[in-house]
Amino acid sequence: MNPLDHSALAAARPDFAAIAAWIPQGALVLDLGCGDGSLLRYLKDTRNVHGYGVEIDGANIEACILNGINVIQGNLDSGLSGFENNAFDYVILSQTLQATRHTERLMQEMLRVGREGIVSFPNFGYWKNRIQILSGNMPVSQELPYQWYDTPNVHLCTLHDFESFCSQHRINILDHRVMTGEHAVSFLPNLLGSTAVYRFQRGK
Amino acid sequence: MSTLPQSVGIVSAQRAQFDTPLQFQSGAVLPRYELVYETYGTLNADKSNAILVCHALSGHHHVAGYYASDENNPKDRNIGWWDNMVGPGKPIDTNKFFVLGLNNLGGCSGSTGPSSINPATGQPYGASFPLVTVEDWVESQARLADRLGIQQFAAVLGGSLGGMQAMQWSLSFPERVRHVLAIATAPRLTTENIAFNDVARNAILTDPDFHGGNFYQHGVVPTRGLRLARMLGHITYLSDDAMSDKFGRGLRAGKYSFNYDIEFEIESYLRYQGDKFATHFDANTYLLMTKALDYFDPARNFKGDLNQAFAVARANFLVVSFTTDWRFAPELSRTIVKSLLHNRRNVSYAEISSTHGHDSFLMQHEHYHNVMRAYLNNIAREFSA
Repeated sequence: MNPLDHSALAAARPDFAAIAAWIPQGALVLDLGCGDGSLLRYLKDTRNVHGYGVEIDGANIEACILNGINVIQGNLDSGLSGFENNAFDYVILSQTLQATRHTERLMQEMLRVGREGIVSFPNFGYWKNRIQILSGNMPVSQELPYQWYDTPNVHLCTLHDFESFCSQHRINILDHRVMTGEHAVSFLPNLLGSTAVYRFQRGK
Repeated sequence: MSTLPQSVGIVSAQRAQFDTPLQFQSGAVLPRYELVYETYGTLNADKSNAILVCHALSGHHHVAGYYASDENNPKDRNIGWWDNMVGPGKPIDTNKFFVLGLNNLGGCSGSTGPSSINPATGQPYGASFPLVTVEDWVESQARLADRLGIQQFAAVLGGSLGGMQAMQWSLSFPERVRHVLAIATAPRLTTENIAFNDVARNAILTDPDFHGGNFYQHGVVPTRGLRLARMLGHITYLSDDAMSDKFGRGLRAGKYSFNYDIEFEIESYLRYQGDKFATHFDANTYLLMTKALDYFDPARNFKGDLNQAFAVARANFLVVSFTTDWRFAPELSRTIVKSLLHNRRNVSYAEISSTHGHDSFLMQHEHYHNVMRAYLNNIAREFSA
């Protein structure tokens, strides 16, 4: 896929459009686990953000540079010590939360270096996942494309789990979107939504 | 990918004479001097495609290609020190860029340095040649750029001491460099690093043939000191793993001979490297280059605050380090990145997995070269668009 083809991109990653809708023009953005830099490229083109990505994988570093975005090679599980307090308007963790080892610390770090945090993740409570578990198998789907033995996902959660995590950690949820494919889901989101995006800040 | 990477082919060195006195950071003044340089590729009409390659401790102006005198000698050509990086279709693509490499002031490969004749005395400068800093080099490089009509470099880049010069460009001449590629370098040397340099210098300074730096008049060369300095340096530029892989505990005779001759393969290698270096490198240049390394510390003028030091920079940056480089370790590069982030400069940082220690930046390495190529291709797009 051509990384500059935004309609194709938004269709493939519906959380991108939801994230972009929250981000004002010219914002300072840090994208954790930025992959090939598609989201930052999208935000640069559609929101003129000043962005940086953090990525561990060397091939993705090459892809980000080809994509013309700033990328810092680093391991999220060793924290964000390379970033100063309140350095960014938004810190994004897109489809990466479930693959982080020290998830609790990382969420706190996000709100140390950023004014607001945004995370998107596959909803483990999605009905198709529940059916696969009821039938006796670990879920494998478009959002969760891995087998149990090769998955990088070590901290999967449902919408309920994420929301109670936030309230336990004094994190204020400001807004959220739940979707299945490109379609917004408002009815029984923890059952009918395959992907969720949350925007949050430090609790007072 | 247009074509397979090639050599720039036959190159020739050029000289530029400067008659405007250069005031050094030390206060010393050099009334006139010469710089020797090479260029590859073609400067475009608006002179926006120039790249300056800054060399490290033992480098020089011969960055890529070979000389006409070696044309019929393909097996033993004097090939440029970064030939794997610079050339048609290589990461620094001479089909796109006009590449400039020079021998720094104080060097021993043709530019005015301690071994040059001081026109005032008719004798080699020797100990009277001023100590040169990275800032002084950048000043002299800017004068060479003026001479070539280059107002702004598309990029200034280098590894190690060369990376320090590249960074200094963004501080001394913020408007004259669009991109800085700082490779395997540091915002200042660590204490341990200065200590290594001091041992190397002591090897030279205490060699009876050094004669306080004026050995030329005595018809001798402090080869023992230079050899030791190079052997020590060489150890620190490699990694333990790289040395183990290459030499292990291999014995040349296959058994212990219970004497102090060369027994282990690593001893043979180091002595060979030391001897080779001592035959062509100038002892005063070695001293001066290691001092330039030790002195570089842009934060020093800002009470140690590197963030403030980088506040004037306008360039975009690519910072590259290598996992096994313990002399210019990745955490030093991360310090640079952190200060650039503080100043909201555009910066990318790649930490390359490599087994070759500090020398990695000179090696052929697919991922490293891909990173360089990707970044430089984006630069090329800025002026070809």
